[in-house]
Formats: sequence, C-alpha cells, structure tokens
Amino acid sequence: MQKVMLERAKALLSDGTVRAVLAWEKGDFAYDTTPAVFNSAERLEKGFVYSPFCGANLSKYLIKETQKEGKILVFLKPCDTYSFNQLVSEHRIKRENVYVVGVECKGMLDIEKIREKGVTSLISASWEGEQVRLVTADGEILADSSELMQERCLCCKSKKHVAYDELLGEEGEVLDSNRFDEVARLEAMSAKERFEFWRGELSRCIRCNACRNVCPACSCEKCIFDNPDSGVQNKAAADPFEENLFHVIRAFHVAGRCTDCGECSRVCPEHIPLHLLNRKFIKDINELYGEFQAGETELPREPLTEYKADDVEPGVVYERGAE
Amino acid sequence: MQVNNSTGSKDVFRPKIVAFCCNWCSYAGADLAGTNRLNYPADVKIIRVPCSCRVNPLFVLQAFQRGADGVIICGCHPGDCHYTSGNYYARRRMTLLFSMLDFMGIEKGRTRVEWVSAAEGAKFADTMNDFVSTVTALGENRRLEDLRCRK
Repeated sequence: MQKVMLERAKALLSDGTVRAVLAWEKGDFAYDTTPAVFNSAERLEKGFVYSPFCGANLSKYLIKETQKEGKILVFLKPCDTYSFNQLVSEHRIKRENVYVVGVECKGMLDIEKIREKGVTSLISASWEGEQVRLVTADGEILADSSELMQERCLCCKSKKHVAYDELLGEEGEVLDSNRFDEVARLEAMSAKERFEFWRGELSRCIRCNACRNVCPACSCEKCIFDNPDSGVQNKAAADPFEENLFHVIRAFHVAGRCTDCGECSRVCPEHIPLHLLNRKFIKDINELYGEFQAGETELPREPLTEYKADDVEPGVVYERGAE
Repeated sequence: MQVNNSTGSKDVFRPKIVAFCCNWCSYAGADLAGTNRLNYPADVKIIRVPCSCRVNPLFVLQAFQRGADGVIICGCHPGDCHYTSGNYYARRRMTLLFSMLDFMGIEKGRTRVEWVSAAEGAKFADTMNDFVSTVTALGENRRLEDLRCRK
C-alpha cells in the first residue's frame, strides 16, 4: 500500500497536478509518525510512510494549506473523510485546492497496548490478514490485531470514504458499530458512580490543550479558552471544577459537528477517554433528534442549528437513565 | 463576582439559585408576581437576558462555579419567542447540556428550563417555589463547585 501511494504521489507531483503532498512522515521510532507537507519527490522518498501507526487525521491541516495557492494532495483514511466533508461544508477548506486520495485502512495500532504486551524495541509493524506482524530487535511476533488496535478502530463506524477524487485500495462499507456501548454502560451507573468515574478520569487533565489543537471540529481562529479574561483560559487547573468545565464546554462546542474521529483520545497524554463525552452528545442527538452523522454528506443541517416545533422538552433528561 | 446569600440564619441551608429570565416574558412575569404580591424565595437571583437562547452553556457552568446550587432558565413558550425561534434553539442546547451534566454525575434536579410568559406571574412564583424546594432537598452543590469560592 505504501509503495502504491508513494508512486501515485510522486506522479501527481511531477505532472504538476499538485504542488505538495500532505501525508505522514517517519519519526525516530516506528510509532511516532507525524503529519508533514512534502514538496518534492526526494523528500517523499526519504520520509513518506503509511503504516499501522498513521492514526493522525490530516483534514485539519488542510485549513491552512488550502489557503495557499495551488492544489495539495492529501491522503485520507475513511474516518478522516468525514472530518474533511464537515470542514468543507463549514467553508473552512477550499475544496478546489485539494486533491483527495482515499486510502484503505485496516485499523490503527495503539502503541500503549503493544507496550503493555511487553513488546520492546519495536522496529516496524504491518498487517497480515487479521493479524499484525511486529518486527522487533529481538525477533518477530505475530499478534492478534483486536488486542493491539486503538479503541476507536475496534468500534470503527465506517470503512467507506465519503469524499475523494481518487481511491487507492479497496472501498469498504459503513459498519454497524458498537461504539455507544461504553456510553450506555456509564449511563446505567448511578449518578454517584458516574461522578466518581469522571473525577478519576478528568482529574488527570493537565490542560495541555492537545485535544483542542488536534480536533478537526475545533477550528475556530479565536478560541474561548485563549481569552485571558474568560476565567477559563489555558492554564493548569486550579480546581477540579475547571477540568469539568473545560471538557464539557469543549465537547459542547463540537456537539453536532463532531464526526467521532477519536483524535482527542488518541493525543491525550493522560489517556482520558474524551471520545466518550463526544459520543454521549452524538448518542443523545441520535435518540432525541433523529440519527445524524456529521460529515456524512456535504452541507447538512446540523442538529444544533436546527429545530422542530415539537422537540422534546429539557425535562426529558430527568426521566432518562438511572437514578 | 460571587453569588452572595446573606439572608437567613447559619444553621438552615438556603440554596443559591440563579434564574436566567428572558426580558420579553419571564422577566415581566417576575414583575407581575411582584405586583400581585405573590411570594417566592429571595434565594432566587434573577439575571435578565434578551432571549433564552442568549444563555450560553458556559453561563450555566460558571454560575455553578461561582457558588450557585441551582440554575433555572426561563423563556417564552415555544412558538412565542420575541425573535421567532430563539427558544427552540435554547431548548435543544439545554437538553443536551443537562443530559451531559447528568452523564458527569451532577444531580439532575439542579438544572431546569421552564416556559413562563409575561402574563404568568403565578406560574413564575410557583415554579420558583418548587425549584427552590427541589434544590434545598438536594443540599449544597458539592459536585460542581470551585473550592476557591469557599470561605
């Protein structure tokens, strides 16, 4: 796959269709690939990579890149295309300045889970059917992929690209995902248990703002959390309340626009399951206002910029869930 | 600014309630309750807003942060919004916000949305009496407070 992608990128770069390529670049280790803009075939040859560690969603970088003149090529995995569509419908990405190449994705690996297995000095990883071949300095290991995949990939919502100019690899289907199971499990707890659960998770927050910076839906040029007069600006939380406030408001600001790409949880250095907050909003929207998947189509009416005269009253919250 | 509540003796718990009232309906409804000499607890602190949809979810959370024990939002009845549709948007937003607060384990009774028109002084007083007693029963807001507000 990586070879096919590299050849295609070099071809499009040399015939002048695109001025640059937005893709993943090799890091010092197999698992620390980073998004990068390649502007020459030599650089691509040297740095380009597409491995089971290329989890980063590249759509947000297009906001800046498409402001420049000329087309840019971008490789998008199925879940990334949802964010892409969403950003196009919000007029954040100039569609005419992008050449989207959809690439197939078999799920991305979680380095933490690999480490937990006791695997050290990893050199590379690759797919082998349903299994993963891990090449380490001490030899090769063939492992079950379901044990090593990221949480968001284990409950993948779609293998189908919703936007592309060209497709490499096989096109998949929208999947019947069980991604709301964990939310439902929390909902069934008592309020006190839920409070304890979130205290335990959110109290680890160090307010690094990585979740905000990586989120494709969090693309405001001026963020409320950057306002020093707001009382909620970026700083180490002085109080447990601030962690709650930051994460509730952040999730609320992307409610109805969040495509559930799971980037927030991937980048969190404290491994807080932030996707659960977003999924709670998505689940509520689905249940109360009808099924909605952000980014599925261009220019949809979003649940929070729309209303119906017979919407449920806020009191409905008191009747739902436990306690 | 902190929500001050110096009324009442020290032993009896008096909740601090923040009420966001729409200028075009419930704020006038509160006026009517007053001119009709209807009683509602002095623990309710009214904040006038131009429309119920002016209430940002952040306002609700910051009210709790600064020491409120309950937050109620009063707006025009659906269909009667002065700006045609503001309360419809507010309804969706607050439903989702309250559901999220519940998800985080905050007691459900601390938040409420009521539709009170300018002619419903009695409903305003009833609503506030009921809400204050609900929040009083829940007690102090411990799960969603900023410890710096403690004296």
